[in-house]
Amino acid sequence: MLRTLRHLSVFALFLIAPTAHAQSGGVLHFCLHGEPKTFNPVLVEDEASENIRYLTGGVLIRLNRQTQALEPALATSWHLSKDGRKITLQLRKGLYFSDGTPFTSEDVAYTMKMLMDPQLHSGTGDAFRSAEGTVDVQTPSVDTVAITFPARVAGLEPLFDQVAILSAHSPKKEMAVLGPFYVSEYKAGSYVELKRNPNYWKRDAQGHPLPYLEGLHLDIQRNRDIELLRFRRGELQLINRLDSESYVRLQKEDANVAHNAGAGLDSDHIWFNQVATAPLSEYKKTWFRSAQFRTAISKAINRDDICRVVFAGFAKPAYGPVSPANRFWFNSALPAAKYDPQRALTLLIKAGFRFSDNELRDQFGNRVEFTLVTNSGNAVREKIAAMLQQDLANIGIKMNVVTLDFPSLIERMTRTFDYEACLLGLVNTDLDPNGQMTVWLSSGENHQWNPSQKTPATTWEAEIDTLMREQATALTDKKRKEKFDRVQQIIYEQQPFIYLVNRDVLTAVSPAVVGAAPTVLNPPAFWNVDVLQLRPGTELGAQK
Amino acid sequence: MQKRLRMIASFLLCGIFLLAIAAELFTPYSYAQQFREFPNAAPSELHPLGTDGLGRDLFSRLLYGTRVSLVLAPAAALLSTLIAGALGGAAGLLGGWCERAILAIADLSLASPLLFVLIALRAMLPLNVAPLVSVIATFLILGLLGWPSSLRVIWAATRSIRNSDFLLLARSTGCGPVRLIFRQIFPNLRPALFAQFWVSIPVFILTEATLSMLGLGVSEPMPSWGNLLRGLEDFSAVSSNPGRFAPLVMLTLVVICFQIILPSQEDLG
Repeated sequence: MLRTLRHLSVFALFLIAPTAHAQSGGVLHFCLHGEPKTFNPVLVEDEASENIRYLTGGVLIRLNRQTQALEPALATSWHLSKDGRKITLQLRKGLYFSDGTPFTSEDVAYTMKMLMDPQLHSGTGDAFRSAEGTVDVQTPSVDTVAITFPARVAGLEPLFDQVAILSAHSPKKEMAVLGPFYVSEYKAGSYVELKRNPNYWKRDAQGHPLPYLEGLHLDIQRNRDIELLRFRRGELQLINRLDSESYVRLQKEDANVAHNAGAGLDSDHIWFNQVATAPLSEYKKTWFRSAQFRTAISKAINRDDICRVVFAGFAKPAYGPVSPANRFWFNSALPAAKYDPQRALTLLIKAGFRFSDNELRDQFGNRVEFTLVTNSGNAVREKIAAMLQQDLANIGIKMNVVTLDFPSLIERMTRTFDYEACLLGLVNTDLDPNGQMTVWLSSGENHQWNPSQKTPATTWEAEIDTLMREQATALTDKKRKEKFDRVQQIIYEQQPFIYLVNRDVLTAVSPAVVGAAPTVLNPPAFWNVDVLQLRPGTELGAQK
Repeated sequence: MQKRLRMIASFLLCGIFLLAIAAELFTPYSYAQQFREFPNAAPSELHPLGTDGLGRDLFSRLLYGTRVSLVLAPAAALLSTLIAGALGGAAGLLGGWCERAILAIADLSLASPLLFVLIALRAMLPLNVAPLVSVIATFLILGLLGWPSSLRVIWAATRSIRNSDFLLLARSTGCGPVRLIFRQIFPNLRPALFAQFWVSIPVFILTEATLSMLGLGVSEPMPSWGNLLRGLEDFSAVSSNPGRFAPLVMLTLVVICFQIILPSQEDLG
């Protein structure tokens, strides 16, 4: 009787489970867009390795890609000291690496040691380097670890989302992992095969072990057209990033397949060269240094048209350095800079420019003409440039467009400074403003309009320097937000970068995959890979 | 038959040249004008070949692009043939160390990856130039770098002339070097020079197309066959507008016409 009841209850559970139509097991196929340069999570720098780290690495604290909130992972709780220098983490008990090695606080200490090792030049570790001095890691018990930094590290907790814990004792070294999958096979230039980690700690609401999938097959495929073709043939079940053209095409074929997570963190923007030593005419330098000139340019650009024509509507006009997708750090008080060519002309005339016969001239009679450079072979940027050309022609400005191969462009941007204006994009993977320090500090190498300054060239750049340093040492997120809001406001007023669009994050997920919920944060399509499932009977190649 | 084919090809080429040169008469739109409400539009009365991704009239862009490609490619071909003629002629006539040096330079140029050299040279050009100047610069570079393959042909032809009896006879009658070059050598080299000139034109058109496909050729908003061919990359737009194939058809047609009117071996005597 008891047995029958148990069977009935299992049957009832099966009926009410939301994913009852899906199955555990199966191998999910998708592409990496490059060769993973390393499987060592400490040394990750490229996107392919980062994806492998995400799929295999176990982290202490996980940033939920959907809610953008921090969640306990290998650490069940943590406590940050008042001075922000010390973090104490309570670890989960009884966990094992994929090869069966037990997980203890020693592993965290070992990982931190590797991360901060100056010989390894870890990009992930650089984010933790707040000041000169060593990082002290104490392991008072097997499930407690206390990490003390030489100075306060602003936004410390989210940084642990990037730190995959290494085993201190496993003979398999970095191949022993705590994440949902482990690397079982790698064929250079061809594929990476991942298998389900039997020792993964996470379970679903019903207590079933995760991940549901038996494995992942990641083909190394740089060509996006081939990736799309293979997806349409049913050879792949997921595309992590799509361009707008492919998205429209897929949407026409099957609206359920194409997913738009909304405006992403990445932006396209233009800037004028403000380097004092740049080999440009003095009168052009004067234009480029004028905030009124830059604001007028910004107002003359029809961003809605760019979104509609270039991105088929799958982008949002951008006005500031932070995308609205970054929910916490976005300064929502900033007004949208509306397209207003008349206002642009008024501003220019106020700044001493003259407009006659459809030509704009400065106060000395020089025709306002400049050249915009961008990287060659990027059809989207070339289209944006052509649209800017027409928008600026409407206010009498002649803009030439030159496309250069990327190394030549970088050479001009960083060494010779022999260019007038540039159109490029900024890829943002970090929500925290500390990840953009080198962009906003006047001494930063990526402060592109006038990089590596010894002292700030303008008062507003000096103010940004102060605010960025203050937010990095502020004790609460609220205080940090206040400071960074002001930074955003200054950038909005001064327009050193004239932001154009935030592209939508577009992905494709086959109907065979259950549980996908694409987001704007990386990796958008498979951030919840541990709960993804395949429908029964959807073996590879079955659906077209 | 061959003669009739040549006539048709010449007629077609002349027609295309005329269309390109008098583009303003055949289309009311500028090649740069954007009709942003109608991107990727299908052919219609207003836009006989439809519009491109920015809403620009494809027919206007094709005509103006033809002007760029068809006028500048022969100019580049002329330049490269002149360089090849001068250097190849000198190598073939003078012989000795001069011949070895010129041929070595030509071989080195042939062995170097032309595309990368073009990219590097293009990157070294000043940026602040109008689109027309950038177009001329692109074809000038093509002309200045495109001579080595022609040089080998001219050199071989000059060498055979150097050892010919009629040149020996002219020398023995006291003919001076200037007269020798202009009255004896050049007329005999002319067929080879012409052939090289005609052969180079489609080569330069295709090289510019390749450069533009890489985004390094003629810059926006100026059209050329090369950057118009890039429109074929957008598969969904191509499937909805067959007018996108027009530059490909034009390019193929012109290259075939040039091949037909090219002097044959018999013509060269």
